[in-house]
Amino acid sequence: MADKKKQHKNEELGREKLEDMLRKMQLIRSFEEKVAWFFSRGMVHGTTHLYIGEEATAVGATAALRDDDYITSTHRGHGHCIGKGIELNRMMAEFLGKSDGYCKGKGGSMHIADVRSGNLGANGVVGGGIPIAVGAGLTSKMKKQDRVVLCFFGDGANNQGSFHESLNLASVWKLPVVFLLENNTYAMSLNVAKSTAVSDLTERARAYSMDAHQMDGNNVMEVYHTVREAVEQARENGPVFLVSHTYRIMGHSKSDANRYRTREEIEAWKAKDPIPRFEQYLIEEHDFSREDVDAVGENARNAIEEAVAYAEQSPFPSIESIEEDVYA
Amino acid sequence: MREITYAEAIREAMSEEMRQNDDVFLMGEDVGVYGGAFGVSLGMVDEFGSERVRDMPISEAAIIGSGVGAAATGMRPIVEIQFSDFLTIGMDQLVNQGAKMRYMFGGNATVPLVVRAPEGSGTGAAAQHSQSLEAWFAHIPGLKVAVPSTPEDAKGMLKSAIRDDNPVVFFEQKLLYRKKGPVPEKEYTIPLGKARIHRDGGDLSLITYGRMLPLCLDIAKELSDEHGIEVEVVDPRTIRPLDRETLISSVKKTGRALIVHEAVTMGGFGGEIAAVLADSEAFPYLDAPIRRVGGLDVPIPYCPELEKQVVPTHDSVRSAVLELLDWEYGS
Ligand SMILES: Cc1ncc(C[n+]2csc(CCOP(=O)(O)OP(=O)(O)O)c2C)c(N)n1
Ligand SMILES: [Mg+2]
Repeated sequence: MADKKKQHKNEELGREKLEDMLRKMQLIRSFEEKVAWFFSRGMVHGTTHLYIGEEATAVGATAALRDDDYITSTHRGHGHCIGKGIELNRMMAEFLGKSDGYCKGKGGSMHIADVRSGNLGANGVVGGGIPIAVGAGLTSKMKKQDRVVLCFFGDGANNQGSFHESLNLASVWKLPVVFLLENNTYAMSLNVAKSTAVSDLTERARAYSMDAHQMDGNNVMEVYHTVREAVEQARENGPVFLVSHTYRIMGHSKSDANRYRTREEIEAWKAKDPIPRFEQYLIEEHDFSREDVDAVGENARNAIEEAVAYAEQSPFPSIESIEEDVYA
Repeated sequence: MREITYAEAIREAMSEEMRQNDDVFLMGEDVGVYGGAFGVSLGMVDEFGSERVRDMPISEAAIIGSGVGAAATGMRPIVEIQFSDFLTIGMDQLVNQGAKMRYMFGGNATVPLVVRAPEGSGTGAAAQHSQSLEAWFAHIPGLKVAVPSTPEDAKGMLKSAIRDDNPVVFFEQKLLYRKKGPVPEKEYTIPLGKARIHRDGGDLSLITYGRMLPLCLDIAKELSDEHGIEVEVVDPRTIRPLDRETLISSVKKTGRALIVHEAVTMGGFGGEIAAVLADSEAFPYLDAPIRRVGGLDVPIPYCPELEKQVVPTHDSVRSAVLELLDWEYGS
């Protein structure tokens, strides 16, 4: 495995790809900061779940996919969307409930989807996307499409019946699905140690005869290589289970008093911020200069501002559109 | 009388019952230190401890099902489903197990379970967090279904639900959680299956429940102030059992019935109320068709402008009232 990893590194991770990964991490960070900014000013209604601090997992994982592969996502889905290569303008428009948004303003933050490009959608129901990933894997297998499904879900979802039923089915049918559990320690207020009977979450996979690996979810290179292996294995031989260890820096949603954790814990994880860590790696190992990485961040912030400008000029959906799209 | 919020009233009901009866306990996602997604159980874990205010994994089938099992064996659980939309995940346990146990076991089981679940739109949470599904549960013999619309009702009805020996699905109204209203300090209960007439009137019966009640009361007051039209506002409060008598006698008096709920009109509980009225001794008294104003036949959209329009609005309810008052057969 170690040799293969090296080989991938040399084959694919040229400067352009590495820069793209940093760019996407910065785009996610800036997108989320903008979302928080809108909420703090009461400019949007509803709720949202920020991905700040977890960017390496979405970016490392989606960087390992082919363009025609699928993803299923979660309520905390902005990062997965950007990783998969969504158009920022239309994503921001959807966040603001505008007619140019991916869901024509009907989905919002929790339901951004672009089925045509293989993004089967964020999901408001914890565990709701997991069986859908299995179904997409079934299509791929039945139609011999050779497409893999990367299924994101949280530690909270690993106690849903839908999770267990899906792992079993994918394994029995040897479907091309990579199950990626994002263990960010909490499901809302509940620590994974209190919700889940196994402390090593990869043991979940053993019950379904599935290979499993874990990774430092704040190390984008480690995520990339691990997912890359898993995706190839899934394409050839059936499902793989991965656990990414990371941490939710912000509150669960817009209303969270953080009563269930300590400031020290949050600060300790802030120190493991995946973005500066990746920048450091690029500077030390890949001849990036400080100016190079700073420019990537700057460009990302500009791209988000452009997306905001686009979204703000987009009209709200018309009242007549209320009854459209209920049926095909 | 002192005023407290709808959420505080619910918390008081649970706390009082838990103080009086050790078998009563609360469990659900984030009900402990977080205080529940809407803060309803805030502070309860400090008084009762984490044995009796139990945080649960995200496992709705097990949340409801373990409630059924504990209820059938001597406890009186209150389980909270964080959003009523997720009742769907525990549906087997509620509908096929909890609701049926007593009957299919020939009366030799008792399931004193309360399932609390917030419903409704208006929070910008879109299609999977905003539904009003109460009619589904009213269709199930063996369940009781409460939809309280005021803090006073919420408290009194929840206490009755906890003391009831049957499974009760208790639909709380997200948009009412922070609304204040008078609630007696002295202990009281409100029976399940008893409607409340909020406002007397002889011109039309406006039958409504849940978060549509405040809207309907505003319209009734407005029409009285502006036009001297007297609308009777009747809240069934529980939709199963349903207080048919109060609804029928109101319509016999007014000769006109308008039913308003947030849930999608098609298949909504308003259809049942309309059928009950049409098939009763109120029928010959009707001066106009029985009419329903409910949600549009679509999921709840995210965009705030659209979200406001999918449920009954001040305008849509008011014009329905006026239309029925002006109704002439053959016109
Ligand atoms: C079936 C279901 N139950 C409850 C909720 C409310 N809820 C939304 S996110 C969440 C926590 C999810 O935790 P996890 O899966 O670990 O994802 P994270 O938020 O940590 O990214 C809860 C309880 C929901 N959306 N769906
Ligand atoms: Mg989590």
